Amino acid sequence: MKLFKIRGGVHPDDRKHLAAGQSIEILPMPALLHIPLQQHIGAPASPAVRRGQHVAKGDRLANGQGVISAPVHAPTSGRVMGVGSYPAHHASGLSVPTITLKPDGEDRWGDSIQGVADPFALDPDEIAARVAAAGVVGLGGATFPAAVKLNLRKKYRLHTLVINGAECEPYLTCDDRLMRERAEAVIDGIRIMAHALGVERVVIGIENNKPEAQASMVVAASAYPSIRLARLPTRYPMGSEKHLVQTLTGRETPARGLTADIGVVVHNPATAFAVHEALRFGYPLVSRVVTISGGAIAQPRNLQAPLGTRIQDLIDYCGGFREEPARLISGGPMMGQPLPSTRVPTVKGSNGVLALTAAETNQRDPMPCIRCGSCVQACPCGLVPLEMAAHARTGDLEGAVKLGLMDCIGCGSCSYVCPGHIPLVQFFNYAKGEMAARGRVKQKQAETKRLAEQRTARIEEIKRAKREAMDRRRREAAAKKQAEADPPAPATITEQPVAAGTEA
Amino acid sequence: MSIETPAVTAGPFAHERVSISRTMGLVMLALLPATLFGFWQFGWPAIHLFIATVLAALLAEAMSLRVAGKPVRPYLMDGSALLTGWLLAMSLPPWAPWWIGVVGSFLAIVVAKQVFGGIGQNLFNPAMVARVALLIAFPLEMTSFVAPTPLFSAGAPGLVEGLAITFGGQGFDAFSGATVLGHVRTELGQGEALSTILPGLYAPVSGAIGTVAGSLGETSALLILLGGLFLLYKRIITWHIPLVMLGTIALLATLMHLYDPEHYTGALYHLVSGATLLGAFFIATDLVTSPVSTRGQILFGAGCGLLVYVIRTWTGYPEGVAFAILLMNACTPLIDHYVKPRIYGRDRKGAPIEYADGAGANQ
Ligand code: SF4
Ligand code: SF4
Repeated sequence: MKLFKIRGGVHPDDRKHLAAGQSIEILPMPALLHIPLQQHIGAPASPAVRRGQHVAKGDRLANGQGVISAPVHAPTSGRVMGVGSYPAHHASGLSVPTITLKPDGEDRWGDSIQGVADPFALDPDEIAARVAAAGVVGLGGATFPAAVKLNLRKKYRLHTLVINGAECEPYLTCDDRLMRERAEAVIDGIRIMAHALGVERVVIGIENNKPEAQASMVVAASAYPSIRLARLPTRYPMGSEKHLVQTLTGRETPARGLTADIGVVVHNPATAFAVHEALRFGYPLVSRVVTISGGAIAQPRNLQAPLGTRIQDLIDYCGGFREEPARLISGGPMMGQPLPSTRVPTVKGSNGVLALTAAETNQRDPMPCIRCGSCVQACPCGLVPLEMAAHARTGDLEGAVKLGLMDCIGCGSCSYVCPGHIPLVQFFNYAKGEMAARGRVKQKQAETKRLAEQRTARIEEIKRAKREAMDRRRREAAAKKQAEADPPAPATITEQPVAAGTEA
Repeated sequence: MSIETPAVTAGPFAHERVSISRTMGLVMLALLPATLFGFWQFGWPAIHLFIATVLAALLAEAMSLRVAGKPVRPYLMDGSALLTGWLLAMSLPPWAPWWIGVVGSFLAIVVAKQVFGGIGQNLFNPAMVARVALLIAFPLEMTSFVAPTPLFSAGAPGLVEGLAITFGGQGFDAFSGATVLGHVRTELGQGEALSTILPGLYAPVSGAIGTVAGSLGETSALLILLGGLFLLYKRIITWHIPLVMLGTIALLATLMHLYDPEHYTGALYHLVSGATLLGAFFIATDLVTSPVSTRGQILFGAGCGLLVYVIRTWTGYPEGVAFAILLMNACTPLIDHYVKPRIYGRDRKGAPIEYADGAGANQ
């Protein structure tokens, strides 16, 4: 199919060969699981189990709260050891509410787990509801609740479902393996999602460095003419949702908008697989495929691991470290996050754990900017990173925002090519964080102001009511005096309870 | 408030195998053939001048860094001072006395670079600032060119004689006076027609190969072109500035030549003479002092080409490359301010894109 060009981008060494040849292996059940209550974008889930309670696999451990949230389920059967806090799967390493589960070794599904014989007979709303109940979130790393995205049809005129199998981050091979080994299931999930979205067209985008995945998906989709495969050039960040859609449709998503604004919804193959499991078998999302790779890992692998597995358990299964890693990362090397320790658990968004050697990270001390313009050429968003960084560095956040800071997708292409090894993304993240903090303060101030104004208005209202009541009483007293002379009027009597009501 | 590097580490945790010293090194590699040709063609004095100029540039850089309290080693090793000295040396008359190179290097490094704040901060290309300053201050020394006397050929100065020429101020007798550009300019000024001036003075072939009088490293158009193509291949520069600059010069020269062939030389003459190619591939493309966006670079290249032609043709200076590039350097901040790439998802004015058909907009 015809593809459109996107601007910028880089060609990092993909290093996929480390793990691409390893089929998905199921990790033996770890001794203990630590399941955080927030593994998605949105409100954290609230615990639904008590300490000491015995749960079956797939039982709800915590319920989603609000529209954008997702429940969390037991990855295996066992006993709840505690509902407390545990270091998060996040660079900060802060502790977050987490449920600790001791597997009983039976790995027994709950009795209520039940699939649907024919998902295509279901109403789209029903599919979305089941996907939501299964706790499925975007597994490409963004972890946005999948059901919310399936419900976009209510607000937008959708025509295409795009499956993002680009997997453009170096090292990562979990989607590649999933598409190779479980193509039928992935295609089934895709068809269910297309049905839920009410779209006729499905395009699966896979980069050309994954010919096996392309081949097996073509075979699995051959019976469905509405599903097409796009062979994408290998180029980072092809997997950026908006850039992928542009490659496929030639259209840019309007700034600050969603791809749904141009009629497209993007999902990840792993999400499609999870949807298939949820609808066909009623399985909630309790495990995922994680790529364990990097030059410091003894035997890189693709592991299907229960959520809540400690990173250390994954690394141990891969033979430990070959050498002391210079960096431990969650996700890919371009947009991943440094991991604070190997104690932290995997979460729904964990697509990779990388232990990189110093040679791989190629980190150096930053030099001054030589205005070479490499970053400008590399930026897929048409930004001028060197100037944004210069503004952010001097604390001029407004200046950086004016230059397009909020349009930056944080892809890291600019930092990747910078000959001065300037940590551009770090500056942008800092500036974005500051802006968000300022936004919160402003919001708080506005909220305080609104409350204060409301209070003033209320006090005014009370005063006014009091004054009116007083006037009325005065009038009534005057009327009474007069009434003593004249015969009483019935209107005065009915008026009184209303006045009292106003004052209360 | 100012931050050096924010505390929380962010990706990417991979990096292309690039560095500033690699970039500078590749530029020097690209300059090497033309430089070696210059050495061969103009002999020992050229080699001595080159060494003096480059060493002075390094010394000036080290001293400036020390004064500014910056770490000397990493900055000296980035190769930028070496490159500046190198480029300056290439643009000097090959038999110029040593102090021309030394004064030039100090001007380039101290005045044009370090005073502005060091690497990446300078507004003007340091080598060109020095070249122009030298030209104005020492017009005689800066316009005394020699005819090529290849190394080891009869009549070429030996090592010691070379030392005497560069450091002892001897050898002025050998000067033939002017470059082709200078010669043609003078004769045209005296009312001669090109058909009488050019024959015997200029042949495109010798201009392209470089067996003519001229600056140390500028004479061989072919070798400079080779270096330029290497830089393009290595993606150190993009085609925009050189191609647009050369194209503009060629276009103007062709038009004027068609208009009056007796007084305006053709495109090829302009392209292979003087510093045109060196300027287009190595100096106008100077990363620090040229615009960062593609469209800005096109504008910059066109401006350089226009100015080169205008200065060469209608002003008192036979060579206009240095002036033209410096003038455009001054415009770079302005260009970068007004000419930016279009941001994804926005129109040129910065408003979010809207589609006429309403795309997937709310029902
Ligand atoms: S890539 Fe680095 S050195 Fe080059 S312009 Fe951008 S920030 Fe400056
Ligand atoms: S991180 Fe931002 S500025 Fe840098 S290349 Fe990506 S989108 Fe552009």
